[in-house]
Amino acid sequence: MLLRAGWRRAALFVTVAPGPRPTVPSRGLRLSVVDDAPQSAVPTDAAAAPEAEVGLRPLYMDVQATTPLDPRVLDAMLPYLINYYGNPHSRTHAYGWESEAAMEHARQGVARFYKSRKKHVITTQTEHKCVLDSCRSLEAEGFRVTYLPVQKSGIIELKELEAAIQPDTSLVSVMTVNNEIGVKQPIAEIGQICSSRKVYFHTDAAQAVGKIPLDVNDMKIDLMSISGHKIYGPKGVGAIYIRRRPRVRVEPLQSGGGQERGMRSGTVPTPLVVGLGAACEVAQQEMEYDHKRISKLADQLIQKIMKSLPNVVMNGDPEQHYPGCINLSFAYVEGESLLMALKDVALSSGSACTSASLEPSYVLRAIGTDEDLAHSSIRFGIGRFTTEEEVDYTVEKCVQHVKRLREMSPLWEMVQDGIDLKSIKWTQH
Amino acid sequence: MAASSRAQVLDLYRAMLRESKRFSAYNYRTYAIRRIRDAFRENKNVKDPVEIQTLVNKARRDLGIIRRQCLNDHPKQLNSACAAVEGEAAEAPLCLLPGTAHPLLCPDCGRTRVKVHISHLYSTDKLVIENQEKPRT
Repeated sequence: MLLRAGWRRAALFVTVAPGPRPTVPSRGLRLSVVDDAPQSAVPTDAAAAPEAEVGLRPLYMDVQATTPLDPRVLDAMLPYLINYYGNPHSRTHAYGWESEAAMEHARQGVARFYKSRKKHVITTQTEHKCVLDSCRSLEAEGFRVTYLPVQKSGIIELKELEAAIQPDTSLVSVMTVNNEIGVKQPIAEIGQICSSRKVYFHTDAAQAVGKIPLDVNDMKIDLMSISGHKIYGPKGVGAIYIRRRPRVRVEPLQSGGGQERGMRSGTVPTPLVVGLGAACEVAQQEMEYDHKRISKLADQLIQKIMKSLPNVVMNGDPEQHYPGCINLSFAYVEGESLLMALKDVALSSGSACTSASLEPSYVLRAIGTDEDLAHSSIRFGIGRFTTEEEVDYTVEKCVQHVKRLREMSPLWEMVQDGIDLKSIKWTQH
Repeated sequence: MAASSRAQVLDLYRAMLRESKRFSAYNYRTYAIRRIRDAFRENKNVKDPVEIQTLVNKARRDLGIIRRQCLNDHPKQLNSACAAVEGEAAEAPLCLLPGTAHPLLCPDCGRTRVKVHISHLYSTDKLVIENQEKPRT
């Protein structure tokens, strides 16, 4: 009798651990109840990966879409959100002065990468528009745009670039590291060509800043775009480097109060800018360590997958390649179905801005992959915070699901029987 | 300023690893532990005392960052932090680490837990008017 009473009393005090399932529809991503103890949502380091349980979050392997905020960056930003809240353009009091000082210091931090004394950086809120869309709207305004083709490896042909430059060419814009296949373009050579022909050279370095060494003087870059949230900084801020000597004249997109030397009007968001500066500073220090680690993890991932599965193609040049962005095509498997099967890993096929449309990625089409291989591509992103366990788990799940999906695929059956798929004449009804 | 001794560096190392284990986010926790281990291992053969002191200072700063960020990590922990209490204990302290034995004392350092807002972690100088209030009380 006493024992039973004791149990009942004990039962009253036991906290409801995982708790009742949340009844709020949460769009397929079940969140753990707030009262949970702070346990890791992912299989712990020591134990082998169990099946994903209800209430656990997926692993994050999509660093090309966005990156988590580095704790050091958040620590640098918080004082400017709590105590030092002045407008950096207020010239008359200490709140403005300290805010402006922080902004200029962050500018130095961002400019740190360039190792040059010709610094002219503008901080601005860049919306994420594909450069192609901008070119299309320029065409509507009357410009002529030449879209250079790329080779099978994803790298442009330098001779074609030289041939395409005409007397009235004003700007060449080439991405440093592609966000879908991770290919590094030969920026130094392109810069050489452009400066010898007196053409401005712009590069979208959003995926490259802080990950590979960039020197605007060595590479003769005139304009460079930087995105905060790709380098473990805050979302909502970016920067553009504009060379001063020889002067690059730029017309403002946003006109108004005349901030940022008239090139970009609007109050500069101090906490975001401080975050961007801190992110660049941290990236500068950690570049070598991160690059070594990411290369090692990337090699592991590719080797393991290639060893366990046949008919896997890596898109993009294997040499001129940033290791953290791996794009693999699994033949005879549909990309979307593989993504849905890998529900405990956050992956994407193609880029985040095209994930809403059903077309295969235009990048893969440009490098000449077959239509069916383009539909079955997955992009694995490895970043500063990715662990070896996460990579192993991803590889294991990927191999398991590709095998399962291939078992179900009639095309795979035919290939196993030795039929060449290209020789089939599909009937039309 | 005398250079940091081996014992001090090891204490710092242990303190950093201990604080890093309190991150509730898997990625931050594993990164911090791994980075700290690799950084200390990489620099273990540094002999120049000036360089050692620079590295130790940077490590101390990073330890402060980790401490503050661990509190930010778990939103409930924001409301509670260890504080050296002068005078009487604060009223109604909350223990928010489930499984802790004593609701009033922190398991790590034994000090009394008090309610703390995020702004306490990033404190700044007082305003001029706060200095004027003192003579009145």
